[in-house]
Amino acid sequence: MPRYSKTFLDHFNNPRNVGVIENAEGVGTEKNEVCGDTMTLYLKVKGERITEARFQTLGCSASIAASSAITELVAGKSVAEARGLNRHDIAEALDGIPPAKLHSAALAIDTLKSALDKSDVDSQVR
Amino acid sequence: MKRQIYLDHAATTPVDPRVLEAMLPYFSENFGNASGVYTISQTSQGALEEARETVAGILGCSPEEVIFTGGATEADNTAIAGAAFAQRESGDHIVTSAIEHHAILHACESLDDFGFNTTYLGVDGFGKVDPEQVIEAVCARTNIVSIMLANNEVGTIEPIAEIGAAVKEKAESLGRRVVFHTDAAQAGGALDLNVDRLGVDMLTLAAHKFYGPKGVGILYVRNGTPFRPFQYGGSQERNRRAGTENIPLIVGAAEALRLAVEEQGENNEHSKALRDKLIQGILARVPNSTLNGHPTERLSNNSNFCIDGVAGESVLVGLDMEGISASSGSACTSGSLDPSHVLTAMGIPAERAVGSLRLTVGKSNEDRDIDKALEILPEIVERLRRVSGVG
Repeated sequence: MPRYSKTFLDHFNNPRNVGVIENAEGVGTEKNEVCGDTMTLYLKVKGERITEARFQTLGCSASIAASSAITELVAGKSVAEARGLNRHDIAEALDGIPPAKLHSAALAIDTLKSALDKSDVDSQVR
Repeated sequence: MKRQIYLDHAATTPVDPRVLEAMLPYFSENFGNASGVYTISQTSQGALEEARETVAGILGCSPEEVIFTGGATEADNTAIAGAAFAQRESGDHIVTSAIEHHAILHACESLDDFGFNTTYLGVDGFGKVDPEQVIEAVCARTNIVSIMLANNEVGTIEPIAEIGAAVKEKAESLGRRVVFHTDAAQAGGALDLNVDRLGVDMLTLAAHKFYGPKGVGILYVRNGTPFRPFQYGGSQERNRRAGTENIPLIVGAAEALRLAVEEQGENNEHSKALRDKLIQGILARVPNSTLNGHPTERLSNNSNFCIDGVAGESVLVGLDMEGISASSGSACTSGSLDPSHVLTAMGIPAERAVGSLRLTVGKSNEDRDIDKALEILPEIVERLRRVSGVG
């Protein structure tokens, strides 16, 4: 098992913002077809700003930690700022992520993009 | 510091202090190369041959049929390639099962490049190989059949004696020599290893699975078996395995095997009681969990489950944070994202196989360890299911 950082383990053990947002403006689900990890991200968007994010993830510790981290990263950001995030931002927020687990951070980014694309986000953004 | 609970004895075991004690004189004191003619080499030579006799006594064979290797992987590779190439002129076919260790599977695959082809037999839902299917697969071009004595992931015990007798009969009817090998790496110390009762021509053991050191394996090769060495150099091991004999590790392997067989009854009884408590407890306390492998014909130390709505790796990290060491599938496959080839061969769909958990008990475990695991695991699963929203 790779060595995980304290921050990573904290996000895994006490994940932030678990659950569903009813009537969310943005909802995205992505699956890693190789390992089967599945992530769903719910976004509450008001004006141009993401006010709240929640997630549900079936996956390895890295996918859970990355989901938790991305909900914290996007909250309060504008939609444009959120679109600028990449997997390294997640790795940084977790105080490092083993290279073999970077695909979990990539899955979180893909799920975010999907939530921003397939949604009513645009109608909120004037 | 909280008590560390090791529940991964199928991966490896700690070296028994009595084994370590037997090994220690052969590092710095009696360090002689067993091939030398002087007195200190004779000490090494004596220890080597004594170890070989100990192993032979347990396997029920002659000492010269025992080869010490650098581990079970080397022994498996040697068995497959050795038997395949030794009858290269008359055959090019290998028969094995889909649930073998990668030391067998990848060795077979590597021989594709040399014109060999392998039949990978399926197994039933319990992970059992059907002797009838083995017989059907053996043909006039078959050089070797290799079926494991017990599976490393799910602990299912294969009907080796039955397969051995059937392979021999089929080979005689075809008028050729078909080598029968069994990988007993996971079964060492737990099951009968008598090569005549098993009806095998070759057998693999790994010392570190029965409280011996890592890096030393045993390959039994019946006299008269078509064989070709795997590595070349000096004339050690009667020209069948070149390289200076690793005396401390070989002494450790023999002593570990001797102790494991001597204490087999009590070890199996101890493990089985803890294993059964784990199985009953988990099935009762973790909703939507199922046992993988055979309900009774399984290794005394092995339990393996599928738990819906969680990924195995998450459960392992959660358990590790509580001081419990466990594994999901096989430790050797943890670098891969693919679901376990063993569970897949047993017909378990990939989405269930990712939630697999293997707990294997051993000598150091006590009843309170199982109580602790049964207390912690349901909490972890419940928490992970809240995160996944599944199960």
